[in-house]
Amino acid sequence: MTTPVLDVRGLAFAYPDGHQALFGVDLHVHRGERVALLGPNGAGKTTLVLHLNGIHLAGAGSVAVSGLPVTKANIKEIRRRVGIVFQDPDDQLFMGTVREDVAFGPANLGLRGSALDAKVTEALAKVGMEEFADRPPHHLSFGQRRRVAVATVLAMDPEILVLDEPSSNLEPASRRELADILRDLDVTVLMVTHDLPYALELCDRSVILDGGIVAAEGRTVDVLSNADLMRAHRLELPFGFDPVAAAATL
Amino acid sequence: MPAHLKILALVGFMLVVVATPREWFAAYAFFLAALVAVGAVGRVRPGWVLKRMLVETPFVVFAVLMPFIAHGPRVEVLGLSLSESGLLSAWGLLAKGTLGVIAGLLLAATTTPQELVHGLERLRLPQQLVQIMAFMVRYLEVVTDEMRRMAVARASRGFVARNPLHWPVLARSVGALFIRSFERGERVHLAMVSRGYTGRMPR
Repeated sequence: MTTPVLDVRGLAFAYPDGHQALFGVDLHVHRGERVALLGPNGAGKTTLVLHLNGIHLAGAGSVAVSGLPVTKANIKEIRRRVGIVFQDPDDQLFMGTVREDVAFGPANLGLRGSALDAKVTEALAKVGMEEFADRPPHHLSFGQRRRVAVATVLAMDPEILVLDEPSSNLEPASRRELADILRDLDVTVLMVTHDLPYALELCDRSVILDGGIVAAEGRTVDVLSNADLMRAHRLELPFGFDPVAAAATL
Repeated sequence: MPAHLKILALVGFMLVVVATPREWFAAYAFFLAALVAVGAVGRVRPGWVLKRMLVETPFVVFAVLMPFIAHGPRVEVLGLSLSESGLLSAWGLLAKGTLGVIAGLLLAATTTPQELVHGLERLRLPQQLVQIMAFMVRYLEVVTDEMRRMAVARASRGFVARNPLHWPVLARSVGALFIRSFERGERVHLAMVSRGYTGRMPR
């Protein structure tokens, strides 16, 4: 068995105010996989995500990325390996132009000059946004900003891309364009989402996080078509959506 | 032209204008001609500049008052008794102020906010100040947009700020906006740290 890209074992965490969010999470993501992380609000999804790149450090248990444990000493390399795309692109894009924003990550890793330019162009090309390189982010549409946000992280050559609600607030066409982009990327993905059809479309495997533990995991189509499991974790499919029929068209 | 040279030129120009004695009327004509030439080279529309010169209004009012309230020997102009030194001060204030405003507007018309920030950075302005300015430029629209949405939401529930009794509502809105912006700041910081930010902008 190869080393998983993401190896979370027995992860527990309580906030300084005493509120415990995670009670022993086990999660493995292997190279090339796309995994959906599902669960009701307050299940601990965001808390878990913030452990993956060392914003929070494990209270108990461990997190490792391609074998490298997430500790204070490794934080720089961990943050290169784990690229998190946050939900609101206005939080992620803070520089004056798209180009500077995409360059921010690789420049923090020490890249300069033409190597940096090449990296920026490459990352923007992956999301089809090369021609917007010199525009200020706030002049782009929401869907374009989301794509640039993905590029800012791709520019760091991450081993795993972590997406927080990638389809939220997107119009259907932008949502599909993003799906096409994500499908074509040669990168491991962990996707936190409430958009269950999106999870089915993009991720073979799904993990349900509820009450701070992994409540269930399995093939996305099996998870979504298990009505009892879904109800137990406040998950609901959109009206009229049949996961089995939809999976058959993939 | 690089932004940092434009900024230097603006500051230099202003210092010269301010240092020029107000009796040298010809010099002021020359300054104005120079600005017109710069505007023409930069293809700045005169209307654009004129409209924005309204920011000078308070100074104009003050300048107009000066001849009436200043002391010293007085002269008759159109049947009004005006102070001679006041007239001269008013002219000086008006001329210098107007030249400054026009010069500043020309810079604004030919430079994007991003270029300005970069120019200041090249002029070795401390990193912290440059970063604060860059973030202001970036988030000004986001925050005003948020403010507009809150105003629309207030108005949609029938709120009209008509008299001071309504001010507490506005104050609470400002408070809410502040908290939202503060929280956004935290999220932005989180996103920066996630991409390897350690307190200094890469250069």
